[in-house]
Amino acid sequence: MENIYSYIAFVLLSGMILGSALLVVTLKNLVHSVLWLIVAFIGVAGIFLLLNADFVAAVQVLVYAGAVCIMIVFGVMLVQRIDMANSNPVNRRFKIAAPVVGGLFIVIGLLTARAQWVAAGKEVPTQTVQNLAPILLQDFVIPFEVAAILLTVALTGALVLVKEVKSNGDRS
Amino acid sequence: MATGLNPSYFVALSAALFCIGLYGAISRKNAIAVLVSIELMLTAVNINLVAFNKFLTPEAFIGQIFAIFVITVAAAEVGLGLAIVIAIYRNRKSVDLDDFDWMKW
Repeated sequence: MENIYSYIAFVLLSGMILGSALLVVTLKNLVHSVLWLIVAFIGVAGIFLLLNADFVAAVQVLVYAGAVCIMIVFGVMLVQRIDMANSNPVNRRFKIAAPVVGGLFIVIGLLTARAQWVAAGKEVPTQTVQNLAPILLQDFVIPFEVAAILLTVALTGALVLVKEVKSNGDRS
Repeated sequence: MATGLNPSYFVALSAALFCIGLYGAISRKNAIAVLVSIELMLTAVNINLVAFNKFLTPEAFIGQIFAIFVITVAAAEVGLGLAIVIAIYRNRKSVDLDDFDWMKW
């Protein structure tokens, strides 16, 4: 019975994700695209919950649906002119893009259909969040600290870029 | 298998999401729309990592750790990308990627 429920949840979430992702890449108004992007990210968080990844689902909602989308909306508001209606035009390459993308999807689909999955057959532990901490702070402590430095450097660099320091050091 | 779903479903979902993101990244003119499409592609990769974590090594959690690092790098990437776009817009008054060709020889 649980199989049926998770299957229905998977189908609904997939439809939500793919539909809103298609709207993201096809809508003419860039702000509407970013709002549909939030819907797609929340659907992906649901997929993570379906896969017993509670912490990643929470991080997905907080970081992607919250921070990243708001940051992109701020970026749009800072660089766009007044009319938003046609702020997201299509360039000439979309005729090339469609067959390339379709071919890529067909190749991945064929390889997926041919693959032999070796399932582990073990149950997922009931505590899925607590087990992340020892891995993150013992085995992966150096990548963890490097990620912290990366975030600091990237966001400081973003501030410097936006403030636009002149070549003679004049910041005004 | 506990859920009746096998990895193929999730690989197909993430392949479809990746292809939609790739289409957006190739076919849009606006630089911010290309950043948004790249976010979609990174999310598709995360679905793959978490699905393989559940179905292949459910007790190791390595896939979830990788997904968290990917989310971290994606957040840094979109911040830096938006800063570059804003800096270019200030000089050029344009966010059209077809106009960004002044590094061509």
